[in-house]
Amino acid sequence: MTFKPLPPSVTSADLNLGDAFVTTRVDAVVNWGRRNSLWPFPFGTACCGIEFMGVVSSMYDVSRFGAELVRFSPRQADLLIIAGTITYKMAPVLQRIYDQMCEPKWVLSVGACATSGGFYDCYCTVPGMDEIVPVDMYVAGCPPRPEAFLEAIVSLQKKIDRESMAEQKMVGA
Amino acid sequence: MAKVVPRPHLSLWENLYVVEIFKGLMTTWGHVQKNVTTGAFETRNYPEEAPSLPRDYRARHRLMKRPDGSPRCVACFMCSTACPARCINIVAEEADRADIEKRPATFEIDLLLCVFCGFCVEACPCDAIRMDTTIGVMVHDNRRDFIITKDKLLDWAPADYPATDTQSQKAPGGTLNAQALAEFNAGSRH
Repeated sequence: MTFKPLPPSVTSADLNLGDAFVTTRVDAVVNWGRRNSLWPFPFGTACCGIEFMGVVSSMYDVSRFGAELVRFSPRQADLLIIAGTITYKMAPVLQRIYDQMCEPKWVLSVGACATSGGFYDCYCTVPGMDEIVPVDMYVAGCPPRPEAFLEAIVSLQKKIDRESMAEQKMVGA
Repeated sequence: MAKVVPRPHLSLWENLYVVEIFKGLMTTWGHVQKNVTTGAFETRNYPEEAPSLPRDYRARHRLMKRPDGSPRCVACFMCSTACPARCINIVAEEADRADIEKRPATFEIDLLLCVFCGFCVEACPCDAIRMDTTIGVMVHDNRRDFIITKDKLLDWAPADYPATDTQSQKAPGGTLNAQALAEFNAGSRH
């Protein structure tokens, strides 16, 4: 079967297919799948990483939001949780891990050190993770409570729901 | 001289591991039975159930008020000096009352820099800043929203605090406010 192009007299308006309609429905299904199966990669370098252990364990069960499958390979994860102080020596490692993650990917910046450097106003600490990788959600606290972790994941799910495949970030962009 | 730790001697049953695995699974099964029969789950359902924080938990800050509603802060910069993260930014101006020298024109706290150590509360000479709001969840998608201003810090209701907290009840809307306002207008500073 050969591909037969449409005659030039037929326009997309004649086909009566609003492209917005189709795209929106696909977005709804894809975003439903994406937001309910976040696979986190915990980049825990300090005490916020200890707090993350409490989040995934039974008292504050993060699997209630579908984000319990913690992967320690960036190839298998789509949610990078930066929890802890990032030094300038650690920054290239973090950036490489972010680059190794497959699209679509989201970043959670947790705690005072990761989001702003905290009180480490010094030569060796990166003053905020968004200097290196794009951050989707910030959590304040030192370390933040597990409820704040869960709130960040819920907020991120709402953000993913608003995303559109048509406007998706390009790889390497 | 290294300390020699003797290896534990395992019996034949323990070496087979099978029995030990089932003994461990019995612990899991005990938890399953407890969950199914009593319904006493350990998990706290956060978005549905509010977290129960103690009153002295160091949460988001608030600024205390005088009985007339103005902030009790006299812009002495003690809190911003004591702050290890330098997250408090105050701009002082001249107060409109004769008995009070200064007041804060702006009072901003960057919650992303804050490490919630409570040094500002300890340093304050007039009990103007406290961290007893029990607001422990602070999540935004940008850094700008974490900088809370004076209006946000003063935006609290005495009804949210226990009646035994007399300092909160002296604020506008509190039960003790009328009495405190009369004392304040008569010349008492706080």
